[in-house]
Amino acid sequence: MVDDAQLVARLQAGDEAAFEALVRRYHTSLLRLAETMVPSRAVAEEVVQETWLGVVRGVARFEGRSSLRTWLFHILVNRARSTGAREARRAPSQVQAEWVPAVDPARFGSDGAWVDPPTPWPDDIDDRLSATALADRVRTHLAELPEQQQQVVILRDIDGLDAAEVCQLLDISEGNQRVLLHRGRSRIRRMLADELGKG
Amino acid sequence: MLLRRRRAMVCREIVEAVTDYLEGTMSGRDRARFEAHLEGCPHCREYLTQMRTTLNVLGRLEPEDLAPEAQDELVALFRRWQAE
Repeated sequence: MVDDAQLVARLQAGDEAAFEALVRRYHTSLLRLAETMVPSRAVAEEVVQETWLGVVRGVARFEGRSSLRTWLFHILVNRARSTGAREARRAPSQVQAEWVPAVDPARFGSDGAWVDPPTPWPDDIDDRLSATALADRVRTHLAELPEQQQQVVILRDIDGLDAAEVCQLLDISEGNQRVLLHRGRSRIRRMLADELGKG
Repeated sequence: MLLRRRRAMVCREIVEAVTDYLEGTMSGRDRARFEAHLEGCPHCREYLTQMRTTLNVLGRLEPEDLAPEAQDELVALFRRWQAE
C-alpha cells in the first residue's frame, strides 16, 4: 500500500488519483466520527465534504508535522464545531456527571466479590464476528453510547489513535479521556455479553 | 509496614480499574494489587479477557464501504477546485 506521505506529495502536485486514494482510505472513518458530532447523517456528509475541500485547499501547507490522519481529523472536528448545529464540546463536569457502573452492582455481594460472575465467552467470537451480523450489532450498540463515549471509543479502539492525540483532538483532559473510554468499553463489553446470551 | 500492606482489591473495584490497568496508567503499587487479585480470582481474569476481546472486536470493525456516488461527488469537487 502506498503510504500517506507519498499520497500527500502527489496530492500537492495536483494528482487526482492520489486524492481518490485518500478518500477511499479515510472517508468512512471521517464520516463515522462526524456522525457523533452533528445531528444527522446528511449534515455529517456535508461536514466530511467540507473537510475534503479543506484538505485540497490546505495540502500545500501541510508539512507532515502531525500524521495525515491526525490532520484530517482536526480539520473535521473544526468543521463539525463550526457548523454550530450542536454543541460538540461539553463541560468536563458533565463528563463526570453520568456515572454508570461498568457492571450491574447486583452482581456483587456486600463484600464486593462476584455473586453472579461473568460466563466465559466462546473462543470463536472472532469467527462469529465475520460469519454473522454481530459486527453490525456492535456498530448499532456503539451508536447508542453517549456521543463523547462514542468519539473516544471510535478514535482509540477503531481508528487506533493514542490517548494524547484524542485528548488534543477532542479538547478533553487525560482523566476525562480515560473515564469516557472506560465507560464506553465497559458498555460495549456488556452489550456483547448480552448479545452472546452470557452475562 | 502498615502502609505497605494495603487492603486487597475486591472484584467490584477490579471491573472499574480495568481500563487504567490496560492503559498502563496505574501506579506500580496499584498494579501489584490489581495483579494479586487476578491471580486468585478466575472470574476477574475472565472479565479482563472479555475486555481484551471487546477491544479486538472493535479494532476489527471494518468501515462501511464508500458509496460510489459519494466518491464521484468528491472527485467532481476536486476537479472544480483544480479548475478555479
